[in-house]
This record gives sequence, structure tokens and C-alpha cells, in this order.
Amino acid sequence: AEVEETLKRIQTHKGVVATMVINAEGVPVRTTLDNSSTVQNASLLRPLTEKARSAVRDLDPENDLTFLRIKSKKNEIMIAPGKISIKTTAE
Amino acid sequence: ELKEEFTRILTANNPHAPQNIVRYSFKKGAYKPVGYVDQMAVHFSMNGNMIPKDSDEGRRQSIRSGSSAGRHNDFQIEKASVESSAVTSEEAEIKDEESTGDTKAAEEKETEEPGTTEAAETAEVEEPPPPKVKEQKLANQFNFIERASRTLNNPMRERACQSEPTPCKDFSDTVYQWKIYDAYMEELKEMEKSKEKEKPKAQVSKRQEEKKEKKKKKGRKLTSLEIQVSDDMNKISRAAKLMERMVNQNTFDDIAQDFKYFEDVSDEYRNQQGTLLPLWKFKYGKTKRLAVTAISWNPKYKDLFAAGYGSYDFMKQGEGMLVLYTMKNPSFPEYVFSSESGVMCLDFHNDHPNLMAVGFYDGTVAVYNLKKATSQPSYKSGAKTGKHTEPVWQVKWQKDDMDNNLNFFSVSSDGRIVSWTLVKNELVHTDVIKLSAKGTTMQGPEGLQLQTFGCGTSFDFHKKIDWLFLVGTEEGKIYKCSKCYSSQFLDVFEAHQMAVDSVSWNPYHLKVFISCSSDWTVKIWDHTIKTPMFVYDLKCAVGDVAWSPYSSTVFAAVTIDCKAHVFDLNINKYESLCNQLVVVRKKNKATHIQFNPVYPVVIVGDEHGHVTSLKLSPNLRKMPK
Repeated sequence: AEVEETLKRIQTHKGVVATMVINAEGVPVRTTLDNSSTVQNASLLRPLTEKARSAVRDLDPENDLTFLRIKSKKNEIMIAPGKISIKTTAE
Repeated sequence: ELKEEFTRILTANNPHAPQNIVRYSFKKGAYKPVGYVDQMAVHFSMNGNMIPKDSDEGRRQSIRSGSSAGRHNDFQIEKASVESSAVTSEEAEIKDEESTGDTKAAEEKETEEPGTTEAAETAEVEEPPPPKVKEQKLANQFNFIERASRTLNNPMRERACQSEPTPCKDFSDTVYQWKIYDAYMEELKEMEKSKEKEKPKAQVSKRQEEKKEKKKKKGRKLTSLEIQVSDDMNKISRAAKLMERMVNQNTFDDIAQDFKYFEDVSDEYRNQQGTLLPLWKFKYGKTKRLAVTAISWNPKYKDLFAAGYGSYDFMKQGEGMLVLYTMKNPSFPEYVFSSESGVMCLDFHNDHPNLMAVGFYDGTVAVYNLKKATSQPSYKSGAKTGKHTEPVWQVKWQKDDMDNNLNFFSVSSDGRIVSWTLVKNELVHTDVIKLSAKGTTMQGPEGLQLQTFGCGTSFDFHKKIDWLFLVGTEEGKIYKCSKCYSSQFLDVFEAHQMAVDSVSWNPYHLKVFISCSSDWTVKIWDHTIKTPMFVYDLKCAVGDVAWSPYSSTVFAAVTIDCKAHVFDLNINKYESLCNQLVVVRKKNKATHIQFNPVYPVVIVGDEHGHVTSLKLSPNLRKMPK
């Protein structure tokens, strides 16, 4: 589908290391990273996204989280939340 | 001083008593000195236990002691009396008395304490039997007799039964303000749904239609009324889109920063000259062999633009494409539509930014609806419905006609200007004007007089005067026409030597328009005057010219040698402010240029299918005062 293509494009984009798609329960649906890393990432990042969204909505209930970016020394993690979330790790 | 005499006075005052005692008076609300201070001093005090003889207790005691005293006296007579023994006997007496008293009391109860009674009896016997004085019994108030008994204690045995504990589960949650909000919103939705169900169905469908129109073009919001998501993957379409844009932003970070914030400071030193800073370059793999034939910005979403692809080459005619890009995602287009023949022109509708009118090389026109997911046009003209016989060079949307139907105009090389109306599901055409080239009636076979038509290559409608428009032709003439008159022109301008590539009214000066042509010139006219006001010779065939939306005196033109020229008539009437190579030179020609209505950006299309965006430097952006 079109979405598949978009994901593929993201993956092949310059600088992108890995892409993961995680469903609402925190189970990875699709990933380009090895299993253990994926599970670890998923289990750590999911509660963080929930917390971030809770913070945003608490301040103003009509607001909602659209994007979350964590920039670290070595790389950058980008999270697009939704009913299913996508996370990309980029160098 | 030693000889001073001190007087000593003996007073009755107590030296230890305080001299001035004050007491708080609530009446006055102040401290008030007490007049007289008590001067009494107690030196010694002792509590004694002497009872006056005549009081009750005294009399009682005397009676009691009287009887014992009598006996006591007898004792003293009979026995050897030593005071101590008398005292002891007295004591014994008293003790006996006490014991007697006790026994007397005990006699009333039935338990016997033989010891004491014996003692009492012996005491009684010992004493000479004086007449017993009736002593007062010490009776208790309640006549309390203790009587107790004890039963057998049964041995205790424990018997227990225990049921299974009910399964307990710990449940905890944190309440946030948004959870409360969500609950209320759900309530509201439920209520609205139930209300809707009550109303007749026609109204319901109408409301849904309104909701669909409000739906954003780019972001597909996942509300319960709209998209039905069947697939897991489809749910993330929006997130995927967002992600792609963010990744792109990262990669093209410096360009994005430039776009937003970079201002060329060196413009101050450049003496009114300006530059164009190249930003993103948009390309799509499938358009490699095609040239950009038309570009246009979307009136609603200021970062979205459409590029039409086709070929200007008469011999090499192939497919065409319609691609929409957004500046937010420079690496991949948003929408792609392909068609059998090359796209020559396109236009967005002002009020309905999802509708695009497109003209093709084979003479057909089509309307694409971006909200629909299909890649086919919603409306297409065919041979039966009066399509042009030659390529359509320009299309433009007009105001809705009286029945609120959308309509647009198209001009083509076959000399017809046609108005198309979208009636229900079809495209209905109406010939507006036939461009007849004056003095070109030819003698055809069999003596027929053929009227040849001029070939229209571009047109533009006046912004304010609805019925007035200009048409540029291949012969180099510009006709001023009215929608009302179908066979005659209002005016003719002998504009150029070669085909007029583009005409455009000035958005601010309502009488001025600009035209450009392959004869290397750009001319500015006042439509009431037959000769041009300004003529610019750009030394190369001009592909396209456009007025800027922010200033009435700035316009830009692109020439076939890949240069962009920007002019500002306010500053310099004869020379361009900027003359810059914008596109890669190799076998390439710049074909079109357009200004972004909001941002200081222009986009240039070229023959290789690339669209380059450039930022205008401050010198080029000066607003007229």
C-alpha cells in the first residue's frame, strides 16, 4: 500500500538507521532492527510517549501530542504517535 | 557619715507584704491598684484534730469513750495499773471495741469468724459484765451481702472453619484532566449521535457532507465518522507521513533553516542588486524525460504546489504527469497523477483548493479532485464533448455561474476560447470566442473562403473586471476581449514578433499588464494605450513572466538560457535587479516561474523535470510605500 511505500522511503532515507512500528499494546508490528533491540526500545519508549502525551493533554485537554523527538549525543530518536506509533532512529 | 542617725520604727506592717498590688478591672479595662494590702503574716500554723465537746461528733465520741472510760476506771481499780499498761489496755479496749464492733457487724452476716467471736467473747468474759451499751451498728447503706458460688468450668474446645478468600486484584489508575475531558467528549458524542438518529436521514447526509468538506487535504484525521480503517497498516498512514516529513526536515535541515531565517546581509552593499538563494530541488524519478510545462501554487495551502509535466517538443509527444509537491517534504511528491498525453497547463480553483483544471497536449481538458483517492480525473472532456483540436495552452477558473456550477476557461491553438461548466457529472462546453486572424481569409478549394483562426497561446482574466480578459496568440498579437462579445475583440495590440508566451495583469495596477514572448522581449502595457510602456530585451527567448504578489512593481522572468531575471520598476526601470543562473545549464531550459503568495520564494521549472525553489533576497522584496 501507499503506507508501505512511505515507510520504505523513510527507511532508505539518508541517515536513518532503523524504523519500528509498534501497536497500542507495545508489541512491535514491524521493525528493521534485530529482535532484542526492538523489544527493548519498544518497552522503554512506549511509556515515555504515554507520559509525554499525558503531560501535553493535562496542560490543555484539547491539545494532543503530534511528535516527539529525543536528541542525544550519538543519535536521534523520532516518535510519531498515533493509534500505532512509528519510531525512527537516525544518526 | 558614720555618725548619721538612723531612726528605727516598729510598725505593725508586714515587711514581706507587697506594697502595691494592682488588679485588672474588666469594667475599666485597666489595671487598678488595690487600696488595702493585707498585712497579716502567719508565722506558724498546725492542723489539729480536736473536736469541740458540744458538736455531734464530739458527743458521739464522748459516749463511746464514756462507756469504755467507765470500764477503764474499773480496770484501773482492779488491776495493777501502770500507766503504760492502762494505756495498753486502753488500747486493747479500743481494739476490742473495734473487734466487737466488727463482730457485731459480722453477726448480721452468717459467716463466722470463730477467732474473732471467741476473742470477743473472751473479751466479754474478761470484762466484768457491765451493762452493754447498745452501740450503734455500723450498717452499710445497701445492706450488701456477698454471696458467691462457683460452677464447673467446661473445657473449651476450638472449632474453626475457613472459606477460600475471594480473589482480590489490585487496580490503580491516575486521573488526569484529559481523562475527565475525554469522558465528557464521549458523552457529548453519544448525545449527538442519538439526536442525529432522530432527525430525518436527508439532514444527516448533508451534515456528513459538510464534515467531509472540512476535512483537511493533507492530514487524514482519524475520527469515527470518517475513514474506516480496516488494515493495521493503514492506521499509521498519518504517522508515517509525519515521520517522513520530519526525517526530511532533518536531512535538509540547513535548507529549512535558510528558508525560514536566512536573510542575505550583503544585499546592503550590493547597490540595489539582489540574489536568489537556491533552496530545495524537487524531482520525481518518473518525470525524468518530461519537461515542466506548468506550475502553480495552491491558494489554500501555501506550501503545496502543482507541477504539470509534458513535452514542448512537437515530435516527441508522450505521457504526461501531474505531480503535487509540498515544501515540507522535498524528497517525494504528495500526489501523482499520470495521463496519456502531456499536461500543458493547470490551475487551482480559488474557493475549492482541491479542484484542479488541467489542459493537455491532445486538446482535452480535465478536472482533478484531490480529495478523491483515484488517480483519474473527475471530469474529462472528450471528442464528443467539444475538446480542442490543438493543445490547450492555458486554463483558468472563473466564478461560479448562476446555478452555482463551477466553470473554467481554456484557450488553445485551434483558435477557440471555450468555457467549460461542471454540470452534475459532466463537462459542458460553450464556445466563447473564436479568434479570427484578420486578413487571413484564404481561398480554399472550390472557391470557399476559409477563415483561419489565430492560435491562442495564453490568456489572463482581469482581477476586478469580470468580463475583461486578454489573449496572447502565436502571431504575436494580444487581443483584449470580453466574455459578452463572441465574435469581436475590444482591442488588438501588436505586441510581439513571435508567439506570446504569457500575459498577465498586474495584481495592483488594474490597467497594467505584462507580456513576454520568444522574441526576447518582455513588454509592459497599459491597456488603454496601444504602445507598450516598457520594453525589456533579455537577449534570449523568454519562457515565462510573473508579477510578484507583494509588490506592484516587481516581476520576474525566466529565459531559455536558464536565467531568472527579477525587475523592480520602483528601483530601476531599465535593468534587472537580479540576473542569475537558476538551473543546471546542460541542455536545459527554464520553462516557468511562479511566486509563492506568502513566502519570499519562487519556483522555477525546467526541461529536465526538476522544480527548483529559490529564496528572494531582501533587495528583491522591497514593498512599495
